[in-house]
Amino acid sequence: MYNFKIVTDWFHSLLTGVMPEWLAIGIECLIVLLFIILLYATLAIVLIYMERKVCAFFQCRIGPNRVGKWGLLQVFADVFKMLTKEIIKMRQSDRLLHDLAPYFVLVASFLTFACLPWHEGVQILDFNIGVFFFIAVSGIGVVGILLAGWASRSKYPIIGAMRSGAQLVSYELSIGMTMLTMIILCGTMQLSEIVNQQAELGWNIFRGHIPAVLAFLIYMVAGNAECNRGPFDLPEAESELTAGYHTEYSGMGFGFFYLAEYLNLFICAAMAATIFFGGWAPLHIVGLDGFNAVMDYIPGFVWFFGKTFFIVFLLMWIRWTFPRLRIDQLLSLEWKYLMPISMINIVLMALVVTLGLTL
Amino acid sequence: MASTIIFYCLAAIILICALLAVTTKRIMRAATYLLFVLFGTAGLYFLMGYTFLGAVQVMVYAGGVVVLYIFALMLTGRKDVKDNEKASIAKKMAAVCASLGAAAILLFVMLTHKFINDGGLLSAPAEPTGEQATSITQIGQMMVDAGHNGYLLPFEAVSVLLLACIVGGLLIARKR
Repeated sequence: MYNFKIVTDWFHSLLTGVMPEWLAIGIECLIVLLFIILLYATLAIVLIYMERKVCAFFQCRIGPNRVGKWGLLQVFADVFKMLTKEIIKMRQSDRLLHDLAPYFVLVASFLTFACLPWHEGVQILDFNIGVFFFIAVSGIGVVGILLAGWASRSKYPIIGAMRSGAQLVSYELSIGMTMLTMIILCGTMQLSEIVNQQAELGWNIFRGHIPAVLAFLIYMVAGNAECNRGPFDLPEAESELTAGYHTEYSGMGFGFFYLAEYLNLFICAAMAATIFFGGWAPLHIVGLDGFNAVMDYIPGFVWFFGKTFFIVFLLMWIRWTFPRLRIDQLLSLEWKYLMPISMINIVLMALVVTLGLTL
Repeated sequence: MASTIIFYCLAAIILICALLAVTTKRIMRAATYLLFVLFGTAGLYFLMGYTFLGAVQVMVYAGGVVVLYIFALMLTGRKDVKDNEKASIAKKMAAVCASLGAAAILLFVMLTHKFINDGGLLSAPAEPTGEQATSITQIGQMMVDAGHNGYLLPFEAVSVLLLACIVGGLLIARKR
């Protein structure tokens, strides 16, 4: 395994050799920012194309196939269309908050995106409270959605925003609980430590067996709801609310919400890959040394993207298979079923860890 | 040097947003500016290396308190579009008393507190030291420690308060 930290350390010493440290840090921050934005945009394009194709195949259609080979340029065409759209100004709306709201959602998405461990030593934000920071900043998005609904001054966005707020605040609890379950198993909140541990001892989902699998299933349901995706897409249920909280947005205002929604799907899947399936850690089977050696030759970021896109595919499968829930069913699913189950699961995991029953 | 620049940027954001929060006429904008003030404070904690405190600030205030404010404002009607009604004299007096009292307490604390880096107002703040920052393990152990410096009693007292809030909420929301 190659540790990317060697490269970053070399670059840092190269910069500090010719300029003061604060300027070097500033330049590094700019490079990292550029890297995040580029990766963010690229992943969004890949995910939107993937969603349209997967959706099409589930519905026995072909999907986009006219623009470019296999419709590969379709998403680029959509982006240009969105950039050239007229920005509509509404008389009754609160212009400042209306324009500000997409950025809240985008910033929350960027900050959580920066927490992901891509490869050994490739991680932008790595605190000793990584998981907690991740949960904390993902809460900023709710503010953006509520403000978008309120500032539009129209009935559909307000209903959409209220639904979305209730849904996100509720399902955040389950996300937090499942992550706590895994933190009990790992004994640390630092994301790089969590992955290092799994590279040595095996993936968490095998180490934690029954409670870990339960936690993973709850995380998938709650994560799907956090991303506002079907069967939990009530906030923007297009047959009832036209488009929910972003009905009154046009051009890039809508584009930002759309972008953040797809990246949140990716972040949700990547977090599942990190805390349950070992992030960049390769698959090792005890006893098969030849197999393990071959697996070690595959670079870490390939493992990370492979696992993440597999979970993204699972989430898309769920989305295009199940019909939409009602709002009361949605909330009772969280508060009456998922929450109690995840609380019992925490106790179960604590018992498993203290009795030394981990594999 | 870098941390000094960031400190002054954060301080400017906090001051400007705090002023905007109290001078704006629209209540939802005031809530948004308040959110920026709280983010700025979280930024200061991160600058000092107190990552846990910073994350708690973001989680409790951005994810909790401000969302609660916005929910409450959304649910309690939309009279605030053009809120031009004059405040009564009693309200004005109460506002003046409250702000004077708060200013007095803040000034008292600031002037009597011995700051570690005491080189006047314009001296640079101390460089952040990541190693000295409290780790999450220490915080967790202190939280459930019943010993001399432990926080078990306040921790339990807060959970009793939360329980009382839940019971109160249920009592109000209960259908007869």
